[in-house]
Amino acid sequence: MKESLRILVADDSHVDRLLLSSIVRKEGYEVVEAIDGPDTLEKFRSWRPQMVLLDALMPGLDGFEVAHFIKDEAGEDFVPIIFLTSLTEADALARALEVGGDDFLSKPYNQVILKAKLSAMQRLRAMHVTMQRQRDEISRHHAHLLQEQEAAKAVFDNVAHTGNLDEPFIRHLISPLAVFNGDVLLAERNPAGDLYLLLGDFTGHGLTAAVGALPLSDIFYGMTQKGFTASEILREANRKLAAILPKGYFCCATLVAISFHKGTLEFWNGGLPPGYLLRPGSAELTQLESRHLPLGILGDDRFEAGTEVMEMACGDRLVMCTDGIVEARNESGEAFGFDRFHAAALGAPARGAAPAASPFERLKREVYAHIGGTGRDDDLTLVEVTMVPAEEAVRPPPALDYPTEGSEQWRLSYELGPATLRSSNPLPLLQQMLMEFPRLRRQSGAIYTVLSELYSNALEHGLLGLDSGLKRSARGFAEYYAARERGLAELDGWMRFDFRCEVTGPCGRLQVTVTDSGDGFDHERQLAEAGAAEVRGYHGRGLQLLRRLCQSLTYQGRGNQVEAVFAWRDDDG
Amino acid sequence: MAVASELSADGEELVIRVSGRFDFSAHQAFRDAYELLPDRPRRYRVDMQDTQYLDSSALGMLLLLRDHAGGDNAEVNLVNCNADVRKILTISNFEQLFSVH
Repeated sequence: MKESLRILVADDSHVDRLLLSSIVRKEGYEVVEAIDGPDTLEKFRSWRPQMVLLDALMPGLDGFEVAHFIKDEAGEDFVPIIFLTSLTEADALARALEVGGDDFLSKPYNQVILKAKLSAMQRLRAMHVTMQRQRDEISRHHAHLLQEQEAAKAVFDNVAHTGNLDEPFIRHLISPLAVFNGDVLLAERNPAGDLYLLLGDFTGHGLTAAVGALPLSDIFYGMTQKGFTASEILREANRKLAAILPKGYFCCATLVAISFHKGTLEFWNGGLPPGYLLRPGSAELTQLESRHLPLGILGDDRFEAGTEVMEMACGDRLVMCTDGIVEARNESGEAFGFDRFHAAALGAPARGAAPAASPFERLKREVYAHIGGTGRDDDLTLVEVTMVPAEEAVRPPPALDYPTEGSEQWRLSYELGPATLRSSNPLPLLQQMLMEFPRLRRQSGAIYTVLSELYSNALEHGLLGLDSGLKRSARGFAEYYAARERGLAELDGWMRFDFRCEVTGPCGRLQVTVTDSGDGFDHERQLAEAGAAEVRGYHGRGLQLLRRLCQSLTYQGRGNQVEAVFAWRDDDG
Repeated sequence: MAVASELSADGEELVIRVSGRFDFSAHQAFRDAYELLPDRPRRYRVDMQDTQYLDSSALGMLLLLRDHAGGDNAEVNLVNCNADVRKILTISNFEQLFSVH
């Protein structure tokens, strides 16, 4: 199916022009003739031919100049020019091609060659048109894709906002478009003020990676705010991702929960490079190793959500990254690698030098130095958290204007049997229920902390009989939490929460009595040993925290019951 | 990247060899290596003698192969892994799903 091309035949020789035109017409092309240079240009502009047969030597404006104009005006369109020439010197022929000619045809014309050249040029032209169309289509698709990414990013930013990363003790590096590389970095506080941080790296790029990030952030923010534990959040995230992601897609992730009150770091790493815990003045670092498969691979029955807990003292720094940093390549294709990461994180031993920059700053500097000016940096995700005293980590008061009027007067009792104690954590439920009472909402953080300390004490010491003295050493810490997990699996006992709430005018009082079925302890004797920081196994920090928050804290019965009274005034300012 | 595969004489084991970088570009060839077989072999062996590097999409492809081969009952062996490949498999804890040699 030959397209009928419009061909302009330009030759000042009348005879040559007629001869050529008739051959071309016979081949089925449309022809218009031009008699000299200026005429060629004028016909080119008015008739828009798709190919030009151009005599090299014409009066007025020669073929070389005309060719230049034509190519210029044709712009992106491909208008083949075949020079007609009796010239035979190589130089002149070469010049014809240099100025924009696509081929040449020597006079006198050979009909067979002419026909072959015409159809060759037509093929070239057709190819050019196809390429142009495809190129335009690609650039349209690309523009569309960018627009969609922008919209998707706007949606994503609303769900997985990074607002909580702007705390003075967090430093982070993440590209605004990281979500399309599969990286997510989320931070949120739980009701007690503990910092939960999730660093994730989805397989794949583009929208597939971003799509999984939405439910992950939803689960992370929602469950953290409600006071669920790290393990519960991980289990839910894994379940959801396994259900929605196609086979072969998953999310490498590390979840950490940092308690400023207790000076602890709890973590779970599935598939990410190890996080580093650096202690000032020490050349040692603790690695937060990946011990699990990434999220979204295993079914709920095989998924292991067990976390590890370690001590994190003030000034200790946690550094985490996704594999983008380890794999960042320099100009010769060499990856940054674990060794450089390790060295930069630890820093060279400073000998009387100015205080070394933080591991975060050093890593950032070293990685950028490694990839050089040309490196892409949209795959570099790095975060550092520094442990600070609890007072410095206090969150600003809730922005919402909670009611300060209205009264409360109620009692409530909630008893957990062994099956419930083994399988679930009562704190989110209790917290959510208590926050249904408007006058309690302003005290949300303190109430959660009190509940959480009372619960873990009753469970860990009252029912499981764990010795918190273990927590004095780093190894003991790990042992303690491993023993807790073992004990919980075989737990046979119960625990009861009795609440009594009175709110009148500005004054509120919430009394929480927690009773467990354990053996209790000789509280009178231990309390008599004045100043005992570890009465009934309370690790010092837990007890101090309760004493500070509560008006009173008293043991009853055989030591298996504790009554905490939390009181407040809403006009405290 | 190049993917080559070979069925043992008794038809019981399929050996898939991946050379160069094992990443998304191997996707189709890797799938074709096991999906186009008329009969499903009993065992699979992914030979990484000449695999320089493995990325997370390659891990995804291995999961797809495992799924195709019967999921939890699949016998998929990853053999001749170099130190870099090994490190990636270790960090991802893929040893829990595959036997790595």
